[in-house]
Amino acid sequence: MFTRLLSVPDENDNMMDINITRIDGIDVIELVGRFDTNSASDVQETITPLAKPGGKILLDMSQVSYMSSAGLRILLMLYRTINDHVGHIVLVGLNEELIDVMAITGFLEFFVIAEDSTQGIALLKKIKS
Amino acid sequence: MQRRIDTEPTHTIAGYKVRMGHPIPFGATQVAVGGINFAVFSRHATACTLVLCRPGETEPFAEIPFLDEFRVGNVYTMIVFDLNIEEVEYGIRMDGPYVPHEGHRFDQNVILLDPYAKAVSGREVWGIEPEPDQYHHHLARVIPDDYDWGDDRAPHIPIEDLIIYEMHVRGFTRHLSADVKYPGTFTAIREKIPYLKELGVNCIELMPIFEFDEFEYDGTNPLTGDRLYNYWGYSSINFFAPKAGYAATGRLGMQVDELKTLVKELHEHGIEVILDVVFNHTAEGNELGPTISFRGIDNRTYYMLTPDGRYLNFSGTGNTMNCNNPVVRNMVLDCLRYWVAEYHIDGFRFDLASILGRDQNGHPLANPPLLEALAYDPILANCKLIAEAWDAGGLYQVGSFPAYGRWAEWNGKYRDVMRRWLKGDQGLVWEVAERIQGSPDLYWDRGAGASINFITAHDGFTLRDLFTYNEKYNYANGEDNRDGTNDNYSWNCGIEGETDNPEINMLRHRMIQNAVAILMLSRGVPMILMGDEMGRTQHGNNNMYCHDAPFNWLDWTLLDQNPDIFEFFKQCIAFRHAHPVLRNKDHFYHIDRVGSGYPDISWHGTQAWQPNWEEYALTLAFMLDGEHALNGAYTDDTIYMAMNMHWDEHQFEIPALPEGLQWHVFANTSPNAPQVIHTPGEEPVIEDQRFIIVGSRAIVILVGR
Repeated sequence: MFTRLLSVPDENDNMMDINITRIDGIDVIELVGRFDTNSASDVQETITPLAKPGGKILLDMSQVSYMSSAGLRILLMLYRTINDHVGHIVLVGLNEELIDVMAITGFLEFFVIAEDSTQGIALLKKIKS
Repeated sequence: MQRRIDTEPTHTIAGYKVRMGHPIPFGATQVAVGGINFAVFSRHATACTLVLCRPGETEPFAEIPFLDEFRVGNVYTMIVFDLNIEEVEYGIRMDGPYVPHEGHRFDQNVILLDPYAKAVSGREVWGIEPEPDQYHHHLARVIPDDYDWGDDRAPHIPIEDLIIYEMHVRGFTRHLSADVKYPGTFTAIREKIPYLKELGVNCIELMPIFEFDEFEYDGTNPLTGDRLYNYWGYSSINFFAPKAGYAATGRLGMQVDELKTLVKELHEHGIEVILDVVFNHTAEGNELGPTISFRGIDNRTYYMLTPDGRYLNFSGTGNTMNCNNPVVRNMVLDCLRYWVAEYHIDGFRFDLASILGRDQNGHPLANPPLLEALAYDPILANCKLIAEAWDAGGLYQVGSFPAYGRWAEWNGKYRDVMRRWLKGDQGLVWEVAERIQGSPDLYWDRGAGASINFITAHDGFTLRDLFTYNEKYNYANGEDNRDGTNDNYSWNCGIEGETDNPEINMLRHRMIQNAVAILMLSRGVPMILMGDEMGRTQHGNNNMYCHDAPFNWLDWTLLDQNPDIFEFFKQCIAFRHAHPVLRNKDHFYHIDRVGSGYPDISWHGTQAWQPNWEEYALTLAFMLDGEHALNGAYTDDTIYMAMNMHWDEHQFEIPALPEGLQWHVFANTSPNAPQVIHTPGEEPVIEDQRFIIVGSRAIVILVGR
C-alpha cells in the first residue's frame, strides 16, 4: 500500500528497486520504492527495452512508496512507446488516491488497470499478440 | 544521440554549474536533463539574481547572480544545471534605483515572482491563509508543458452558433448541494458536464483563472463578521499560471495537468472554453500596494505612470498595465499564445478591454498595435476575441472598439435596453428592434457574431434579482451600499425582495422566461450567467466579488425549486440550436433574397405587417422567414415572436404562412397559457391561425411548418 503517496519526499529514502520476472510471456515489473525524477530515468531505461513489438508488460506498483508527477510522466512515456510497438501494458497495485490523481490530471485514461498481478496477468493473457 | 555542447556548464557560481542561457523564450524552460534556462527582462535594473527555494520552504537554498556577460540586451539569461524541477521553485531579485518620482521602485530585498511563471506557489489550496510575513511571497515553478492531448481537437464552433455560459470555477460546484468529489475545483466541472450538455450550452466562459490572491482584501462583512475574499479574482498576480487553489491537485503542483484535462474533456463533449482575462491591471495596486512581481521587475515598463511616477488608474483598482509598451504588448501576446497552444483555449474575453487601446500616457489610440497584433496573430487565428469594450476611465467603445474584423464585444447596450423593455419602459421600440437584429447599427461591418448579447453577467443582478429588487443591497460588501452600479434597470414586480405572494412570484418567473426567450431569439451570440437557469439569487447584491460563502455559491437545490425556469432555458436553447434561421452570421436585409415571397425579417404589431414604432409602443412582433436560413442554403421553419411588455393583454394578428404551412406554438408565457413551453419539433398546431392573445407582460413564439 502507499504510505506517502504524492507527499513530501523523505530524504533518506530515495532508492528504487526494479524487479523483472517473466510469467507466461508477460514481463512482470515490480517497482519498489520512490518513483520520482531521481528514479525516473532508471525506470525508463530498464523498461523501455521490454517494449518490443507485441510485448506485454505488467507494471506492479503496489510497493511504490512515493509517486510524483514526474513518475506519472514516465508512465505515460512508457505507454506511448509500448503503444508505438503495438504492445500492451497493464498497471496493478494502484491505491485509490493515486487512481484519483491520475484521473483528475488526465493520466488514467491511457491505462488499463487491474487490482492485482493475478488479475492483470489474466487480462494480458486474453490479448492475442 | 550526441550531446550538444551547450548542455555542458561553463561557470560555477555559488556552487552551481551554469552557463549563459538563451534570452528567449522568457521564463524558465527545461533545456537538457537537469538544466533549466532562465530568461528575465528588465530594462532599468542594474543587476539580477536568481533565487532558488525548495517547495514549501521560505528560505532560499541558493542565490545565483546573473553575470554581466550573461545579459543580452535587457534580458538576464542563464542555464543552471543539476536542478530537479520537482524540487525547486524560483524567484528573482532585481537591483536598481528606488526613485519613485522617476517611476523606479527596485528593491533587492524582495524576492519577486517571474512575470512568465507557468505555475505559482503560495496559494496551493484555496483559503489556507499564509503567515503574515509570507503574504506576498509567491515563487515560480517550472512546468514541462508536455501534456498528452491525444486526439483533442478544438470544436471550432462558429461564434454565431455559440451559447456562452459565464461561470465562476469555485462558485459552480463549491456548494454542498453540487454533490461532487472535489467541490469548487476544475475537476469538479468535469462531473457537471452532463448537466451542461442537458442545458445545451456549448461554451463556458470562465471568470478569471489566472493566479490571484483570495486574501487580497482586509475587510469583513458587516452583516456577518465574516472576512471578505477576492472571490472573483479580477486582479492577477501572474498571467501564465492557473489558479492553483482552483485545482484539487494544486497541493501536488499538478494544477496545469488538471486544467488541461478539463479542457480536453469539455472539447470531447463539444464545449468550448473561453477565459475571462484581466490584462488591464494587476494585484500590486497603487503606490501603497505590495511588491509582488512587475513593480519590482521594471515598474516603468509594466505600468502606466504620470510624469512624476504615480500610477494612472483607468482600471479603478489602483494601477493600469502599460499594454501598449512594446515589451508588455509582447507579454500579452506570449501569454495568449501560450494559453491557446498549451491549454487549447478557444477564446478570450478581455476585461475592461478599452485599456488595451490606450497609449502609454493613457490616451486612446486610433489603431492600437496590441489589438491589431492579437487580431492578426497566427496562433490566435481561430480563437474568439471578445472585448468588454469600456474601461473605468470613461472610454466607452461598444460598437466602436477597434476590431480589425475579428473582435466581438459584450454588447452592454443590448443588456440595458432589454432590461428596460422587459420592465415596460417606453420609447425603446426602435432600439429593441436593432438589438434583436444583432445590433446592425453598431456592428454592420462585422456581422451579427460581433454582438455578444446578454441581459445578466457576473457584474450586476442575477436574472431572478433583476425582477425581485428595484434597488441594490450591497451592505455585506462593507462600503455602506456605495459600491456596484445604480443603473440596474430592474423591477421588483410590485414588492421589494422575496415574497410569498404567488401572483408576484408567477410574474417574476414569467419575466425571467420573457428575458431568456428574447435573448435566445436575438441574432448575435447569447450569453447566460451561471445559475440564472435555475433562478439563482444574490439577495439583491449586485456586486458579489468578495463573498466566499454559501450564499454566493450556486445552490443546486434551486433546480428542484424552479424546474419551470430550467425547463424554459433548456428548451429555448434547444430551439436556438434547432433553428439555423436564428443564427445567421450576416445582418438582415429586410428584403426577400431567396425568392420565398417573404423578407428575411419582417416586423409586425398587433396587426400583421404593421409594427407600431411610436414612442409609447410596448408591443412588437417579428417573423423570420425559414427559407432565409444560412442565406438560403437551408430551409428552416419560419419563426414568429410576439412581445407584449404592456400590463394589459393584447391580441396579435399573425402573418399568414404560405399555403400548406401551419403555425405551431413553441412558447407562450401568458398567465393563462395551457402550457408555457414545448420541446422543439413537438410543438402543437394552434387552433386559430390568424390571431393569438398575448397576455400581460408575456411573449409568444410560433413556428410555421
